[in-house]
Amino acid sequence: MTYEIIGITVLWLFLYGYVIVASIDFGAGFFSYYAKKTKKDHIINQLISRYLSPVWEVTNVFFVFFFVGIVGFFPDTAFYYGTALLVPGSIAIILLAIRGSFYAFESYGSKQSNVYMFLYGATGLLIPASLSTALTLSEGGFITETNGEITMNYLKLFTSPYSWSVVFLAIVSVLYISATFLTFYASRANDTEALKLVRKYALFWGTPTIIAALTTFIALGQHNQRHYDRMLDLWWVFGLSMGFFMISLGLIYIGKYYGLAFISVMLQFFFAFFGYGASHLPYILDPYITIYENATHQSTGIALIIVFIAGLFLLVPSLILLMKLFLFNADYVKGKK
Amino acid sequence: MFDMDPVLMSRLLTTMTLLFHIIFATLGVGVPLFISIAEFIGIRKKDPHYLMMARRWARGFVITVAIGVVTGTAIGLQLSLLWPNFMQVAGNVISLPLFMEVFAFFFEAIFLGIYLYTWDRFKNQMIHWAFSLPVVIGGGMSAVFITTVNAFMNTPEGFTTGQDGFVTINPIQAMLNPATPTKVFHVLASSYVTVAAILATIAAFSLLKKKSSEYHKKALKLTMMATFIFAILTAIAGDMSAKFLAKEQPEKLAAAEWHFQTEEGADLILFGWLNEQDMPVGAIRLPGLLSFLAHGDFSSEVTGLEEIPEDERPPLWIHYMFDLMVSIGMALVLIPLLYLILMKTKKWNEHHKWMLRLIVLGGPLAMLSIEFGWIYAEEGRQPWILRGFMKVEEAATTSPYVDLMFIFFFLLYATLATVGIIVLRKLFRNNPVEVELEKKYPSIEKGDS
Repeated sequence: MTYEIIGITVLWLFLYGYVIVASIDFGAGFFSYYAKKTKKDHIINQLISRYLSPVWEVTNVFFVFFFVGIVGFFPDTAFYYGTALLVPGSIAIILLAIRGSFYAFESYGSKQSNVYMFLYGATGLLIPASLSTALTLSEGGFITETNGEITMNYLKLFTSPYSWSVVFLAIVSVLYISATFLTFYASRANDTEALKLVRKYALFWGTPTIIAALTTFIALGQHNQRHYDRMLDLWWVFGLSMGFFMISLGLIYIGKYYGLAFISVMLQFFFAFFGYGASHLPYILDPYITIYENATHQSTGIALIIVFIAGLFLLVPSLILLMKLFLFNADYVKGKK
Repeated sequence: MFDMDPVLMSRLLTTMTLLFHIIFATLGVGVPLFISIAEFIGIRKKDPHYLMMARRWARGFVITVAIGVVTGTAIGLQLSLLWPNFMQVAGNVISLPLFMEVFAFFFEAIFLGIYLYTWDRFKNQMIHWAFSLPVVIGGGMSAVFITTVNAFMNTPEGFTTGQDGFVTINPIQAMLNPATPTKVFHVLASSYVTVAAILATIAAFSLLKKKSSEYHKKALKLTMMATFIFAILTAIAGDMSAKFLAKEQPEKLAAAEWHFQTEEGADLILFGWLNEQDMPVGAIRLPGLLSFLAHGDFSSEVTGLEEIPEDERPPLWIHYMFDLMVSIGMALVLIPLLYLILMKTKKWNEHHKWMLRLIVLGGPLAMLSIEFGWIYAEEGRQPWILRGFMKVEEAATTSPYVDLMFIFFFLLYATLATVGIIVLRKLFRNNPVEVELEKKYPSIEKGDS
């Protein structure tokens, strides 16, 4: 394997990690606001905040890791995406900033405030929408380069069926991932009341997720034929993803093995995400950036990979410790510690 | 929107983000050290006052760390959004330390979560205390790594260039460029002194309001001693930085000191202003001291600004930034020194209200000094973004929307600052330390405490 492939694989892995942990977080924000509106907040808010409080900062790092990494491995991404994404990127930063800090203000600082809760819930859906712009752009056709100047065609972006189906897919996936995780977490906490509620959410958001995946697939076919054909070549990967979706939904429906159900959801998205990523290659930005022509110098690439590995030796045990202390500590989950 | 120049607006937006972020970044580096020290003393001495100190500092810290995290994310992304041409070129070299910084931050984030949620969870208190160490180390290391990036922009090294950009790159050599040692030393020492001074400000302020409180007296003593030690270290680091500048970046030192002609036995110019012929007026001249600052010898030769091409000179107003930074630095040595003398002398009272008032000033001044110092360091390498290789105007984005983004971010930072202050005030106002101590440690002696 070349260092370019290793680099993009590790980065994709981190982006996948971000999709999972951030989805849990973003969806939880929406559900706690929704529960408050429907006067059911007393049932699940305790559960959500017990999980989120120790990990919200970690979620953020997955994202920072990805964008620092991609600029490091493929510095030309800074040039194209940096110029084109100034507005959506800045909006995403502002939303993330409001969300992160207000979460801390609310849970460590003052008593519950309606405004904070609303911002927390609303940003949970707006952030995935604004971040998914980057994925849409990567398919090409929205950015043009003339004489070294990058321009982004906003009109085209806002009128493209593909871009809207990506936004829709991002939002419903967030809600589905989050609801299945909360179902698992509630069952661990033996919290039957909360379990009933979040299980309902999970069952509800399963169907739109799979529909959105299909419409996005069709819209992509109209937008980027090359990518569409490559995805068809990898049909079995998406088939596996579909299979795991059926398993997860089935398990939640019969109301057993919620841990397994959540793992199935993770695998469902793992296959879909990696199938999408693999078929996207070698382009990072169609047709301007490929992983081979626009990678960083070899010496930097290798140094980055060494740091990756060293970093993982530090991070994996720490993350396991974090999960042991909070996620898999039955007493903590139940609220006894 | 207003048809403003994207280069100027990019500079302003980056400046605003950094000036705001630095406040919280400094706290993020320094506060964990003091939380850790206080908890350690508390466990060793079995003194609930110190344990409570660690708890309360940690509680306030979460609020500031949240703002630090989100503004840090902002500057991380803005690097690519506002300076795409710079990142396209320099990304090849600086991505390594940027990456290591993210790892350090990751490490810190994980253990901060653990530290905050495991008070009283372990029988052996030392286990909980041990979780503070990765937070202290992670905070310090992220400062080290990010400072190497900034040092690289001042003295780029570790690559050779050919026709189309870089030919060879040695990312380790780039990290360990000539500016790195002094910058790292200065950044760490000044962060610790600033946080010590700010915590001392809080203690002194509470003492002024509530007269005698054992808790606040202990906090004051601890933080004043720390201020003194770190202020001296910072001064040493500053002296080393000046010597580094004289050797590697003479134009920055010359502009800061209004030193126009290369000469031996150069004077140090304090304060004053420039007249129309660009001559310093009303300044205090300390004979030969600039030569001493630059080379450790009163009669050595110091390079003047005349030797630098006119379009590569930094602006002359950075002199004021330099003077303000240094003056505050001196005050931060003298204030705790006075406090320590009063404390050691039996007849005098170190909690005299004028002494306390002076200490209250120390914290805000220290933070201002951090800002002045960074403005000096950054403006001092104008017009370069990569000194000797790339100028600022070649690096900025060409996107026409930077002015609009400036307004958005201004509103964001204003909101964060306002709400952050309100939340912090609520957090401590409504929960005075005396009440909390009594609740947590009912056996503690009452009255004076």
